[in-house]
Amino acid sequence: MDPKNLSSKLSIPTRVIAFCCGLLLIVVLFVPLWRIELDAPQYPEGLLLKMYPHKIAGNVDIINGLNHYIGMKTLHTEDFVEFTILPYIIVFFALMSLLVAFVLYKTKKWLNILLISFILFGIIAMADFWRWEYNYGHNLDPNAAIIVPGMAYQPPLIGYKQLLNFGAFSIPDIGGWIFIGVGLMLVIAQIVEFKKNKYEKIQ
Amino acid sequence: MKRNIYILSVFAAFLLLSFSGCKPKNSGDAISGDAASRIYVAPGKYDELYNFVSGGFSGQVSVYGIPSGRLLRVIPVFSVDPEKGWGYSEETKPMLNTSHGEVPWDDQHHLDLSQTNGETDGRWLFANANNTPRIARIDLKTFRTAEIIEIPNSAGNHSSPFITENSEYVVAGTRFSVPMDDENGDVPIDTYKKNFKGTISFVSIAPTNGEMKIAFQLLLPGMNFDLSHSGKGPSSGWFFFSTYNSEQAHTLLEVNASKRDKDYILAVNWKKAEEYVKQGKGKKQKVKYAHNVFNESTHTATSNFLTEVTVIDVKDFPDIVYMIPCPKSPHGVDIDPSGEYIVGSGKLAALIPVFSFTKIKKAIAEKNYDGKYGGIPVLKYEAALYGEVKKPGLGPLHTEFDEKGNAYTTFFISSEIVKWNVKDLKILDRHPTYYSPGHLSIPGGDTRKPYGKYMIAYNKITKDRYLPTGPELSQSAQLFDISGDKIKLLLDYPSIGEPHYAQAIPAEKLVKNSVKIFKIEENKHPHVTLGEKNSKVVREGNKVHVYMTAMRSHFSPDNIEGVRLGDEVYFHVTNLEQDWDVPHGFAVKGAINAELLIMPGETSTLKWIPKKVGIYPIYCTDFCSALHQEMQGYVRVSPKGSSVPITFSLGKNTDVPDSLLNR
Repeated sequence: MDPKNLSSKLSIPTRVIAFCCGLLLIVVLFVPLWRIELDAPQYPEGLLLKMYPHKIAGNVDIINGLNHYIGMKTLHTEDFVEFTILPYIIVFFALMSLLVAFVLYKTKKWLNILLISFILFGIIAMADFWRWEYNYGHNLDPNAAIIVPGMAYQPPLIGYKQLLNFGAFSIPDIGGWIFIGVGLMLVIAQIVEFKKNKYEKIQ
Repeated sequence: MKRNIYILSVFAAFLLLSFSGCKPKNSGDAISGDAASRIYVAPGKYDELYNFVSGGFSGQVSVYGIPSGRLLRVIPVFSVDPEKGWGYSEETKPMLNTSHGEVPWDDQHHLDLSQTNGETDGRWLFANANNTPRIARIDLKTFRTAEIIEIPNSAGNHSSPFITENSEYVVAGTRFSVPMDDENGDVPIDTYKKNFKGTISFVSIAPTNGEMKIAFQLLLPGMNFDLSHSGKGPSSGWFFFSTYNSEQAHTLLEVNASKRDKDYILAVNWKKAEEYVKQGKGKKQKVKYAHNVFNESTHTATSNFLTEVTVIDVKDFPDIVYMIPCPKSPHGVDIDPSGEYIVGSGKLAALIPVFSFTKIKKAIAEKNYDGKYGGIPVLKYEAALYGEVKKPGLGPLHTEFDEKGNAYTTFFISSEIVKWNVKDLKILDRHPTYYSPGHLSIPGGDTRKPYGKYMIAYNKITKDRYLPTGPELSQSAQLFDISGDKIKLLLDYPSIGEPHYAQAIPAEKLVKNSVKIFKIEENKHPHVTLGEKNSKVVREGNKVHVYMTAMRSHFSPDNIEGVRLGDEVYFHVTNLEQDWDVPHGFAVKGAINAELLIMPGETSTLKWIPKKVGIYPIYCTDFCSALHQEMQGYVRVSPKGSSVPITFSLGKNTDVPDSLLNR
């Protein structure tokens, strides 16, 4: 075989990975991406805020009820334009992965584009998430019943933070983990390709 | 390549673990090893303390034994109690009488035991009614409500019935400011600032028999009066009230009454006010309020309406009241055992201010004022302040004290009790409660002599503490050991209604006085039946009076005829027993009120208006003896205009031929 020809085409393992990524991303449409767990002494059972690609779910009403004491804006799915765009972006990445697996495997270019755009998307999404958290945590009603001077209620981007009597624990949910998994798998695919190239060059 | 993948997956796993690792574990509710033995009161043994617990929306007062947490009794006070005939028997109906008519329910928030020299003396327990403003006095010899007085010019009698250190007065501060009773109350609600006023009533207690009388009322600017406590020792002669809504909002108070940085604690020189009243100062105002007294010898309550109170407008007497600024809608105002330190708990404040009585007096003497509020001088915050407890917790509500100079404050939002030293204001310990405590109680914790061995928290949220019972759960109390440096949780136990404040007293102060029976020879009930031979049925027009006795195991009479439709039948049942713990019950089929539960030596009356012709069984409802099931009888009800004469009998059985029985 012509070695030049070989190196430009994606290997079978890489295509399998891309295929799996495509399927997994379709799953993401139906599962929550992110979760914020809230714990307070009065809520031994905990409260949960779940973010799906298209909506907020969980104990939204209870959380809104509690947040009115500190003057935080109430959370409503309609207020986030992201929930209308996000499913399309996910579909886009799912299709892109499947295309890489079945159609666009003749050159590495598309795999590279997929990986870079996926990582870029991840960074932008997290920045956007942080921005929302910041706004909700800081833009408080000046007429709120409880005003603790200097206190903001921005939940953590990831990890744990105490906000008055509530401990907020922010972590990826199934969809988020799949996203991270897909990212890792695409990196692995890159490594596979890189190793293969090196091996072929030596040959 | 495999190695790389391996490294990556390890990295991913690490990421996952590290996220879940940074979430703190629940603080847990581990109890110390000896908790079980600390609360164990062996069968047949007595508890160390009585704990009187307000019933909140049950309207009653419950009595628990501490440290076992055993429920000993529920005393009916402001709500009818069919179990005990309270509010159903003719004798007790007048107790619930008010200027609005008979009110069968109330919201009972706070209790205070009578005191002598700043110590609980075990004579009486006072209870407030929040909804239709009243104060009740419970006699601790009988554990029964002996007196209820209505408070005029008031709405929401919340800062009540806190007591002075020699039981001179119990107070009643109005939660809702309203137009005065003698004014036209038909005013727009948004004229609050103009037309709504607050009052604080000083209700005197007769030293001999405890009888209550409204001595005088202070007229104050419209706002919400929340809680109070009497001064003691050096501050004796003063009373302190927390206030909120100094914004004078009349709608959406959760926002509109939380705006100002500081509301006030009102310091009242009641000795001074008393002097003015003795000099004949103050205005007599036309009002109407009920005063209901239960007479122990007639076993009967009477209800009288009083029509006048003396009102002192504090604007005209500038040396009676002063305002002390206190951060963020203060709730509890609690005075330490020395009487020097006054602790204000701002519901929304991030600190606890402690005021010094010495400094307050000095500030008053030097007129160290920061303007006026509603004509009342406002002291400078710093001039009255002893110091602040910094960052104690979230949502401070109430403070009680031990005898070692420590204070214990409940925090609703952060759901904990924090122990701190009154002198150096340092936080010593904190313990979570389950969940969100309101009041707390240390025996004698609001007197000059605390008994700081136990502390009980009355929690507002129960959730998962007990087996679930549907959406409605019991409220939960928690007993702590505070004898050591660290607060230790001993016991959780469910409580009746919604407990607010509570009082506890060493058992030996009450046990010796507890009445076992009412002496039958002292029974002065107008319808008493002294002995079975005196039992009878008397017709007076359409009223039929049954003079009945109850004795193990029969009523006399137990066969009654001659009752006609349209009659009002009064069963005056006298329990002739003179033995401890032999009550008799009395019930008649179809009675639309309740049963009677009659203690030994007592007479109670059940009114019954039969609606249908027929034979009506009567029976004893309290399992009194081995032959309790035999304690029964019949009443024959004939049609209107029937010629069946009144007859009554006991033991005159008809001879039944064996042939009939054996058929």
